[in-house]
Amino acid sequence: MGYTLKVNVNGKAQEDDVNPRVLLVDYIREKLGLTGTHVGCDTSSCGACTVHVDGKAVKSCTMFAVQADGADITTIEGMCQNGELHPLQAGFKEEHGLQCGFCTPGMIMACADLLENNSNPSEDEIRHGLEGNFCRCTGYHNIVKAVQHAAENG
Amino acid sequence: MGKLVGQPIKRVEDNRFIKGEGKYTDDFNMPNQTFAVYVRSPHAHAKINSVDTSAAEAMDGVVKVFTGQDIADAGLAGSICGWQVDFKNGDTMKEPPHPIMVADKVRHVGDPVAMVIAEDKYTARDAAELVNVDYDVLGAIVDPKAAVEDGAAQVHDDVPNNTIYDWELGDSAATDAAFENAHHVTSLSYHNQKLVPNAIEPRAALAHYDANEDKYTLYSTSQNPHLARLVIGAFVLAIPEHKLRVISPDVGGGFGSKIFVYNDECGCLWASKQIGRPVKWTADRSEAFITDCHGRDHVTDAQMAFDADGNITGLRTKTYASMGAYLSNFSTCVPTYLHGTLMQGLYTTPAVHVDVTAVVTNTVPVDAYRGAGRPEATYSIERLMDTAAREMGMDPTELRRKNFIPAFDGVEQPGYQTQVALQYDSGDYETNMDKALQVADYESLKATRDKAKSEGRLVGIGFSTFIEACGIAPSAVVGSLGARVGLYDAASIRVHPTGKVTIHSGAHAHGQGHETTFAQVVADAFGIGMDDVNVIHGDTENVPFGMGTYGSRSLAVCGSAIMKSVDKVKEKGARIAAHKLECSPDDLEFANGAWTVKGTDKSVGFGDVALTAYVPHDYPADEEPGLDFASFYDPANFVYPFGTHICVVEVDKDTGEVDVTKYVAVDDCGNVINPMIVDGQVHGGVAQGIGQALYEGAVYDDDGQLLNGSMLDYTMPRADNFPMFETDKTETPCPHNPLGVKGIGEAGTIASTPAVVNAVMDALSDYGVKDLQMPLTPERVWSAMNSNGNA
Repeated sequence: MGYTLKVNVNGKAQEDDVNPRVLLVDYIREKLGLTGTHVGCDTSSCGACTVHVDGKAVKSCTMFAVQADGADITTIEGMCQNGELHPLQAGFKEEHGLQCGFCTPGMIMACADLLENNSNPSEDEIRHGLEGNFCRCTGYHNIVKAVQHAAENG
Repeated sequence: MGKLVGQPIKRVEDNRFIKGEGKYTDDFNMPNQTFAVYVRSPHAHAKINSVDTSAAEAMDGVVKVFTGQDIADAGLAGSICGWQVDFKNGDTMKEPPHPIMVADKVRHVGDPVAMVIAEDKYTARDAAELVNVDYDVLGAIVDPKAAVEDGAAQVHDDVPNNTIYDWELGDSAATDAAFENAHHVTSLSYHNQKLVPNAIEPRAALAHYDANEDKYTLYSTSQNPHLARLVIGAFVLAIPEHKLRVISPDVGGGFGSKIFVYNDECGCLWASKQIGRPVKWTADRSEAFITDCHGRDHVTDAQMAFDADGNITGLRTKTYASMGAYLSNFSTCVPTYLHGTLMQGLYTTPAVHVDVTAVVTNTVPVDAYRGAGRPEATYSIERLMDTAAREMGMDPTELRRKNFIPAFDGVEQPGYQTQVALQYDSGDYETNMDKALQVADYESLKATRDKAKSEGRLVGIGFSTFIEACGIAPSAVVGSLGARVGLYDAASIRVHPTGKVTIHSGAHAHGQGHETTFAQVVADAFGIGMDDVNVIHGDTENVPFGMGTYGSRSLAVCGSAIMKSVDKVKEKGARIAAHKLECSPDDLEFANGAWTVKGTDKSVGFGDVALTAYVPHDYPADEEPGLDFASFYDPANFVYPFGTHICVVEVDKDTGEVDVTKYVAVDDCGNVINPMIVDGQVHGGVAQGIGQALYEGAVYDDDGQLLNGSMLDYTMPRADNFPMFETDKTETPCPHNPLGVKGIGEAGTIASTPAVVNAVMDALSDYGVKDLQMPLTPERVWSAMNSNGNA
């Protein structure tokens, strides 16, 4: 039943025997123990499970682990580099861009993709860029400011 | 203001969240754990003929399948209602049972009938599909008002006309007289629609029974672990408290929906003992939609009477409030004591009467959701105010100014006694509104609106001047009103030998930032740094018996318990310091982290005193060692935050789409500990209130099917639905708690919904639209604009 999955997660090569039906998010959370990636809706709506697969933000609840075979995967745990916070992580803290913290990892991963494609987005571009990520706590106000903070300091 | 109190200190808890290192319930695992999936009813109302579990049990990897009959055979009662509200005639409230799983009849889509436990969650889900339940489908009732009619489907056999209670508050005769003599009466009828809380973290449980210790542990997504332990232990499963530990780790948002003790988590605890292994359950989002308690669902007629000068002379409302299919823990107090008591608003209304009929329907149970009763009250009052102003040709601010309760501080001037039971603590409503008008530049806004209208664009301005009662609540008062629990809170302060401090908090944080604000307060009190203070919460084995976090109570109630413990530390510390300084404690003053003999430079520091308390070699003879105090605080009154919210919208003439273009919130929550966190609470609250006004609402068909039971269908507000919010504040201290604080967690949600709808009505003032029902979808707005009447 197994399938040998080879992926590179946060710079570390992984090789695991996985059931082809296992979702990428379950592989990340349960097999690798990287619980920073969250599940909020299982319909691709909320974005809490957002990770990067080959540099692009994807919702890992709607992708099988085996579909990522051979890919470079980055999760929220891989965003700190050499002990330094990613500019978005710093921005979310500086601008109070989070409250309960549950949407935050996915939000940061989606924002990173957004900034990768547009290093100096307008407020409107940020708001449209985050349409795929729900936050129930912040009213998005400080998330927008966090992205602006990261854009200015990245 | 101290060095830290009043400052926008960055949150200490963020350090783990931004790195993905928060620990939520689903992140925990135990050796040998199993996974549970509930089999839930697809019907809103149906008799269960049989439940066939044989195919599921035969599947590889399935450990056990339990059914509602197993629960009945075990004699388990199920979750309870924590607030008794009796009928007007004195008859006892109807209280139908709410079993952990049902054996006889399902009463809402999502009612659990079986539980499949397997070695992994994929197998559990597959096996759940194989449980075959034979139902006889019955007619359903969804509409709260129709539920009381003869012939409506009966949700529970022993609840005639589906009526749980009827209830009233205020002077009916005086109010009716006010309406008979009124110069003008404004009337509205509306459905304050059913809302789905949708905290982004779904509920979850990890339950373990340790046979050696005969002890249960439950990791749970709870806003109030001690309350959960009390209800589960004392009522649902009959587990002695010392044999049940409830841990609420990081919790991903609550908004009320995680106050309640759900049967699902209880079922996991019970099952873990039956199978002798840990049981893990995590709701998926579809399950959350049909099991997390919903909010609101009031059908209301509201009327306000005025004299010829625009003075309010009376207010009366009649509400049918749905409880859903069963009574959740606090469902019964929401439309009564959290709603009727707020119906005076911040006006001098001399006669008020509130009438409420609570009913069961074949829908997901309803309970407190951010604001809980107060948004419904505020919606009635503030919609009536803007509507009346328009009808009487007055500026909405002029009408409010004429009717505001005059300023009172609760110290020099007494609290304000309303017609509906509450005594407001302190308030200065006109000053607050003036501040908001200044921040919004109201004169300029009006000019912009009028210019836009002259150009054929539909711009509107809406107001909401609100008050709410939070900091829940004086135990004796709520006890006299039917509450079955006390509503104090508790906190301990442990000063360590080196002068570092741990706060153990009965309140639980799930976004509110207690680890920061509580530390600010205590660090300032002792003259130490933020880094010297740590906040522990969420584990019944580690924190004192506090009632948890809801009703915007954490700082007002638990913060006061913290301050009581601070005082005890300071009193004992002064005695130790006096011994060291060879003086009387009365000769000492405490400032900047040290006790100093008044008028001298002789002093001893906080850290020195702490060390002395734990190394008591040279020590007062009659003093115990240690510096560690717990306190309980039962509030003297509710706290009453208030504010003015101003919303500006533009309605697209061609599509009916509403765009919120400007939003000003000037809140008064008393003294502010951390303005950054207060603003954040307002932002989130306002967004949730705008969500109700424009986007959200549980849609049921007549058969009781929830038609929008996923995030694909239910319109969750998104980042591009909002402008940047403009926040400011006035500060009217609370006179009856040590920090002078009120609450801010719910204010934004309470205030914003009527402000938005009022703004849309203002924008449509030339269209003859009398009223609109929420949510104000483009279709509804466009239809109203194009039918010249109600939508």
